[in-house]
Amino acid sequence: MSTATDKRKAPAGERVADWADGRLGIYSLAKANMRKIFPDHWSFMLGEVALYSFIIIILTGVYLTLFFHPSMNEVEYHGSYVPMQGVLMSEAYASTLDISFDVRGGLLIRQIHHWAALIFLAAMMVHMMRVFFTGAFRKPREINWLFGFLLFVLGMFTGFTGYSLPDDLLSGTGVRFMQGAILSVPVVGTYLSMFLFGGEFPGGDIVARFYSIHILLLPGIMLGLLVAHLILVFYHKHTQFAGPGRTNNNVVGMPLLPIYMAKAGGFFFLVFGVISVISAIASINPIWALGPYRPDQVSTGAQPDWYMGFSEGLIRVMPGWEINLWGHTLVLGVFIPLVIFPLVLATIAVYPFIESWVTGDKREHHILDRPRNAPTRTAFGVAWLTWYFVLLIGGGNDLWATHFHLSINSITWFVRIFFFAGPVLAFIITKRICMGLQRRDKDKVLHGRESGIIKRLPHGEFVEVHEPLTQEALHTLTAHQQYTPREIGPTVDENGVERKVSRTERLRARLSKAYYGKDNQVAKPTVEEYKEITSGHGHH
Amino acid sequence: MKKLSARRRHPLAAVVVLLLALAATGGLYAAFAPADKAQADETAQSLAIEEGKKLYTVGCASCHGTGGQGTSDGPSLIGVGSAAVDFQVGTGRMPAQQPGAQVPKKKNIYSQAEIDQLAAYISSLGPGPVTPTEKQYNPEGADIARGGDLFRTNCAQCHNFTGEGGALTHGKYAPNLEGVSPKHIYEAMQTGPQNMPSFPDTTMPEQEKRDIIAYIQTVNSGEAETPGGLSLGGLGPVSEGLFAWVFGLGALIATAIWVAAHTAKAKKS
Repeated sequence: MSTATDKRKAPAGERVADWADGRLGIYSLAKANMRKIFPDHWSFMLGEVALYSFIIIILTGVYLTLFFHPSMNEVEYHGSYVPMQGVLMSEAYASTLDISFDVRGGLLIRQIHHWAALIFLAAMMVHMMRVFFTGAFRKPREINWLFGFLLFVLGMFTGFTGYSLPDDLLSGTGVRFMQGAILSVPVVGTYLSMFLFGGEFPGGDIVARFYSIHILLLPGIMLGLLVAHLILVFYHKHTQFAGPGRTNNNVVGMPLLPIYMAKAGGFFFLVFGVISVISAIASINPIWALGPYRPDQVSTGAQPDWYMGFSEGLIRVMPGWEINLWGHTLVLGVFIPLVIFPLVLATIAVYPFIESWVTGDKREHHILDRPRNAPTRTAFGVAWLTWYFVLLIGGGNDLWATHFHLSINSITWFVRIFFFAGPVLAFIITKRICMGLQRRDKDKVLHGRESGIIKRLPHGEFVEVHEPLTQEALHTLTAHQQYTPREIGPTVDENGVERKVSRTERLRARLSKAYYGKDNQVAKPTVEEYKEITSGHGHH
Repeated sequence: MKKLSARRRHPLAAVVVLLLALAATGGLYAAFAPADKAQADETAQSLAIEEGKKLYTVGCASCHGTGGQGTSDGPSLIGVGSAAVDFQVGTGRMPAQQPGAQVPKKKNIYSQAEIDQLAAYISSLGPGPVTPTEKQYNPEGADIARGGDLFRTNCAQCHNFTGEGGALTHGKYAPNLEGVSPKHIYEAMQTGPQNMPSFPDTTMPEQEKRDIIAYIQTVNSGEAETPGGLSLGGLGPVSEGLFAWVFGLGALIATAIWVAAHTAKAKKS
């Protein structure tokens, strides 16, 4: 039966879309989300770098699973790498050699996989620091901050298990390191080790177990967290820096389709390209040069990948203390670093909750802070980074020693001292710098920009001409809101009845003063100040 | 015999017996001792020792003593052998420039002939490891894979997987093995210079030393292949991490800035 509508048939694309809409409801989805706005700033793309490198890792990882044998059966190597011929090794190591030398494109894919992993972790860390220093973790994004943090920690362990899979001498040393840490746990350490390795170290199971953890368990959880992370980004909408027309209630930027999608899609290929070029230029983890793992062999300069470097630093600088009691040994030299290891990570993870408790602020924040306008937070972040970096120095102390002609003992002592002193110094210095920058901003608002033009006045005096800022610039410099410190208030009311003030309340008031007291932030210029100065009483 | 036994308690009897015994031992020694060759020997060996001693007096005696007996500034050289001299002087480590945690490798200022003369003098002081011949250290035809295994078992603890070197305590270090000649590697294993333990032929036979030399030449020399691209110093994850941060993430951030700077703008018209 033909009707009039059949003559003007809809284009093919529209018909496909209609078909899909009837089954998936894509029209309402698209209507709600296609015009979603994303603000433009390069630092908002750091998370994208992490996301894309994660995708690249999954793609290359799938290829590698096609050729890798997660088995510790001993075989004699007869592949094409001459210096290893006839050497006994595990099947895992032999298959990694085959991937590197006999599988087409294998070495490049392996290197992309590994370089992308290093960059993935680095990008996550930088992304996390961007969120931290701009205060993007504040309400309503605290949970997403934790999701991101969990992704970073899981990424560390996924990386560690992957690094251990080839069963080479370097990674085997790392696994031994981990086993040592497990053994140091009082009471249950030996049981945990036997359970994990299926008997004595190294046993015949660990590669297969790490394999399922590396390709299935951890990436599976990460994928779930990642989706949740992105859904929350969509749901909360993106944060933006202060500027004219930008408020806590709007988002100024480009729509998801087509502009943002095109940029993001293009950026994916750029990230893929950069990582591929690096992988084609620079070798990473050349396991053929390291040899197969044997518990009786070890090499100097055995370090984990960078994201585990701080744990290496902890163990390297810790004095080898131990306590012997009733025939049992408590190896503090290993156990204390094992306890500090999660503490280092947790310190940065819990910070948002400490800050929100101190401020008592329950409002939503969608406008980002400039780091200088939150001096205590910025100083805390820099202190943490200093702590982390000092430990990284400790992890590579031998290379610092050989390359800078220093004594490894002096470096170790430097790290021991700066483990405590470094963060304190960094905190004080950063806070001073932030305060200085706040004063600079205030000066710019009130007196304008130094123009570099020197003028001689009729009576001979030289002055520099200051140009007033534009209204937009004035707005941007003064848009941040400043907290006033929390006061406990009078503890005795007018009737002379004493009010009980809890210890936590006192602590909160003291912390609040440390954050927002007169000496800890520069009051931003008021409208009166601005008017008085710009009312035209000569120069300034 | 009666006369003899009657005088056996004479006060001088003991002296007579002593003289007789001395004469007997002296006579026997003179009869059986090898002839003295030292006199008027004008062979090449002794000339080398003579010349070596002169060089020694100029370059070495201030620390090692006038007769190689050692002083508070330098160890005794008696019994170190010619191999030790050939290594220490041949790699420029000796004569040392200054005291310190470790004497570094530097430019060698002696000719091979002079080094041989010094070695001849030092080995004349006492027997020790002898400078190897080319047949001993030439790595041609050696088993590289076995050398790698031996290297990882005996050397990698200090010299790193492929002999890139590593740190020891208090500013001491195991040097990078790139560019060290097979002879010097062999001698180092034989004599154990500075902090290195020695691996005499009794614990590590000649063939194994050759295997190790062949391995080092394959993985850490100018001709060493790096199938993956730049080796980044062969130092492992530390240099890789630094590279990933500086060049990897650095390039990506630069790209991000570039992308963000090229945003779509409303048409001006």
